[in-house]
Amino acid sequence: MAVEQEALDAVALSREEYDLLVARLGREPNEVELGMFGSLWSEHCGYKNSRPLLRRFPSGGDRVLTRVGKENAGAIDIGDGWAVVMKVESHNHPSAIEPYEGAATGVGGIVRDIFAMGAYPIALLDSLRFGPLDEGNNRYLFEGVVGGIGGYGNCLGIPTVGGEVVVGGPYNGNPLVNAMCVGLVRADGIVSARASGEGNALLLVGADTGRDGIHGASGLASRTDPEARFEEMRPAVQVGNPFLEKMLMEACHELASEYRDWIVGLQDLGAAGLTSSVLECCARGEAGAVLDLERVPRREGGMTPYEVMLSESQERMLVIAKREHVADVEGLFERWEVDCIEIGHVTDGDEVVLREEGLEVGRVPVEVATEAPAYTRDGKRSLEALARSQANPGAFPDLRPEAASEALTALIARPNLASKREVFRQYDHQVLTNTVVPPGGDAAVLRVPGTSRGIAVATDGNGRYCQLDAHNGGAIAVAEAARNVVCTGARPVAVTDCLNFGAPENLEVYATLAGAVDGISAACEAFGTPVVSGNVSLYNESGGAPIWPTPVIGMLGVLEDVHAHLGAAFERAGAEVWLLGGTVEQPARTLAGSEYLEAVHGAVIGTPTVDLEAEARLHDLVLGANDAGLLLSAHDCSDGGLAIALAECCLLGGYGFAGEVEVEGRIDAALFGEGQGRIIVSARPEAGEGLGALAEGVGVPTTKLGVTTDEGMLRFGPIDADLEEVREAWESGLGL
Amino acid sequence: MRFAIVRFPGTWSDRDTEHVLVNVLGQEAEIVWHQETSLTGFDAVVLPGGFSYGDYLRCGAIARFSPIMEEVVRAAEGGMPVIGICNGFQVLCESGLLPGALIRNRSLRFRCEWTHLLCESGESPWTAGIGEGEVLRVPISHGEGNYQADRATLDELEAAGRVVFRYCDEQGDVTPDSNPNGSARNIAGIRNEAGNVVGMMPHPERAGEELTGGADGNRIWRSVVEAAVGAAV
Repeated sequence: MAVEQEALDAVALSREEYDLLVARLGREPNEVELGMFGSLWSEHCGYKNSRPLLRRFPSGGDRVLTRVGKENAGAIDIGDGWAVVMKVESHNHPSAIEPYEGAATGVGGIVRDIFAMGAYPIALLDSLRFGPLDEGNNRYLFEGVVGGIGGYGNCLGIPTVGGEVVVGGPYNGNPLVNAMCVGLVRADGIVSARASGEGNALLLVGADTGRDGIHGASGLASRTDPEARFEEMRPAVQVGNPFLEKMLMEACHELASEYRDWIVGLQDLGAAGLTSSVLECCARGEAGAVLDLERVPRREGGMTPYEVMLSESQERMLVIAKREHVADVEGLFERWEVDCIEIGHVTDGDEVVLREEGLEVGRVPVEVATEAPAYTRDGKRSLEALARSQANPGAFPDLRPEAASEALTALIARPNLASKREVFRQYDHQVLTNTVVPPGGDAAVLRVPGTSRGIAVATDGNGRYCQLDAHNGGAIAVAEAARNVVCTGARPVAVTDCLNFGAPENLEVYATLAGAVDGISAACEAFGTPVVSGNVSLYNESGGAPIWPTPVIGMLGVLEDVHAHLGAAFERAGAEVWLLGGTVEQPARTLAGSEYLEAVHGAVIGTPTVDLEAEARLHDLVLGANDAGLLLSAHDCSDGGLAIALAECCLLGGYGFAGEVEVEGRIDAALFGEGQGRIIVSARPEAGEGLGALAEGVGVPTTKLGVTTDEGMLRFGPIDADLEEVREAWESGLGL
Repeated sequence: MRFAIVRFPGTWSDRDTEHVLVNVLGQEAEIVWHQETSLTGFDAVVLPGGFSYGDYLRCGAIARFSPIMEEVVRAAEGGMPVIGICNGFQVLCESGLLPGALIRNRSLRFRCEWTHLLCESGESPWTAGIGEGEVLRVPISHGEGNYQADRATLDELEAAGRVVFRYCDEQGDVTPDSNPNGSARNIAGIRNEAGNVVGMMPHPERAGEELTGGADGNRIWRSVVEAAVGAAV
């Protein structure tokens, strides 16, 4: 029988993949089975284009408690018997279609990944990208996404403590919504997502199963030209119920933390719903299963086995319960007023058998389903991007000194540099009362309750850099995220990543994907921060062209003593301000990919670079200086350059700054160049000597920039700016 | 002193309240599930913040029908100190223990930020230890905290000294700019006639430690503890 092309298109399988499937199966799949294979072999679930590349990431280490890709999220030992579980995941396409619900269910999905491991979620971060906000649709997407994140996270009672909002032309109509969740669990209490033990029960808990979200994984997130199908795919976007998720979370947490011996596994239902959930658990536990589909509670009559197996209805979990404790588990969920029903059981076979009213409707070999084909390609560097990366930013005329103050104010009003307060105050960032450093600084710091420890978390990613040089851009994303964490006094320990790219069949896109993976890997090696979890979102396109390649890095840092945390703000007048790493004078090439260059010259050119070894030494210096009690504040010098970073330190703290160094060389590069590996610190005057000695010891250049003042002025080289005017520009830049 | 912290489905400030009462202030506290029907053995009741029943229908509108609420009403009428915070304030209004209603913030957006509160009434165990005119720094976190009532009710509340807290600036001046949600007359918290029942939108349990931003909220908990000790003497 020749399967119709239309049927293959619906599940995003190629003819070759179908033939491979038939060969491995030894027969033609029926309709239900084809839908299941299509979903599991999709890029979204099967990572068929990215898997070979992801193996390049360093993923091991003393602190790592999970094997990457083998569980719902990565777990890292942070000491005192505690582990952090973390992951970042995209919900780009659903958010492009239905921003509020797309973003909300993105939060819901990542939260389930965390509590599926027995952890209690303690923080959320959101890394967001939008097209220019002066265009109506982008603003609609922006406000919808922010509303959805707040609407869901606030209701759950999990603080949203950080993230980014970045604007760029290539995200027009295809926003990036990457949600990261961080949870805490006793290191010996991590729950696996596996099914094993013949006769053990598969319990479906939470929401009823509806017709929403069918083909979300295969149809929406894994195909070229998604924009063309946004309207028809609208039903593939799920609608969230955060209240139910809250109850589900509390019940699952109680189950995992207090009655872990009742269960063998816990798994969320996300992309490809029941299909991926059951098959992945069986694959991990090397078991089979029988499902009795008529037992699955449904939102409406007439649903077919195909719809039941592929529904992506939210707020559902699969509990693999020991047979003798099924009644106990059911009782626990009943107390939390959450539905719980046995829908099948574990077998010692190697297939998942689907039955409806006792009749077999499908039979899927676990190995065939969960081992999607993998593709490697030879990427091809875009000649157009290559030419721009080789262009010299120094060819533009330098900034005139008398225009420097005005340039600062104009630049800081741009959405990418402006204050994000109007966004993060829409998120509850305090609930659970662990938030020590709230959003708005370099990284958020949370205490670990019951200990003296703290963790710092940050996200970072720069599509503009990656588009010019994917390798360096990937490395810089890691360097900057690590630097952010270091600026709070925390040592970076692990990474979770979300790779947002266009279609991998486009060899120029593929080249950037491979390049970014290599750059991330190099930086993670340099900083000793393994990649413990992650997610890939391909087929992100805007107006037929790929988005900027955008790897997003979520970084975890650990503070042995949370009371020793640092903030970005200048805390007092009369403090000395130092630049650690690098110099004030910067070559024109540091303007590569800078906000300044795009704002002033409308150019995205040059090659951004990072010296990973120098960066690592800088981190050691700042952490050492903080341990020695020498620092009052620390702030990363990155987007917008040194002048913007100084302005942020002033604005956050309410103090002024008076520079004491000459600004030499090119003014634009010195003030707004984005040379990496630099941190601005403030210190008591008597700390200067100790700081200098430490810096010399580790070989990091330092420059004393000036002093903080209680005058409302920022004076630095040619800049002489009234901070009230700068503040107004900074606070109104998002137009909210 | 022994506090009952009521947990409705969707409540999320229950553990934060428990943490500050037990770990910071050394009091006894127990989280009480909304299906319970007794408050025996407790000296005070906290209805904490959160999204009871997801705030579906209307904030607090479903929670007021929870079994425990009959007992809360009885305890309040019997003079037991009862405080409703954020969603708990909404529940108190829905259940008729306090007048007025909380509607959407004037900005139409959720707001989570630190606010300053002018304490205006000491005639409640919850504020007896705070001087009138003192300013506390306590955060808010809500989408529907805009307190409204008809003019007669507002006049009556003010005349009877039942406005407990008003949003103000750092210096204690009650200004339009310091009103984060559009509440009538900058009202952040009110009490019943007897004074034992207080409702407030800001979260004192989030202002319990300097490490997490400030400890002014403890003034409220200490006040009720001192009042109880005083009453017992």
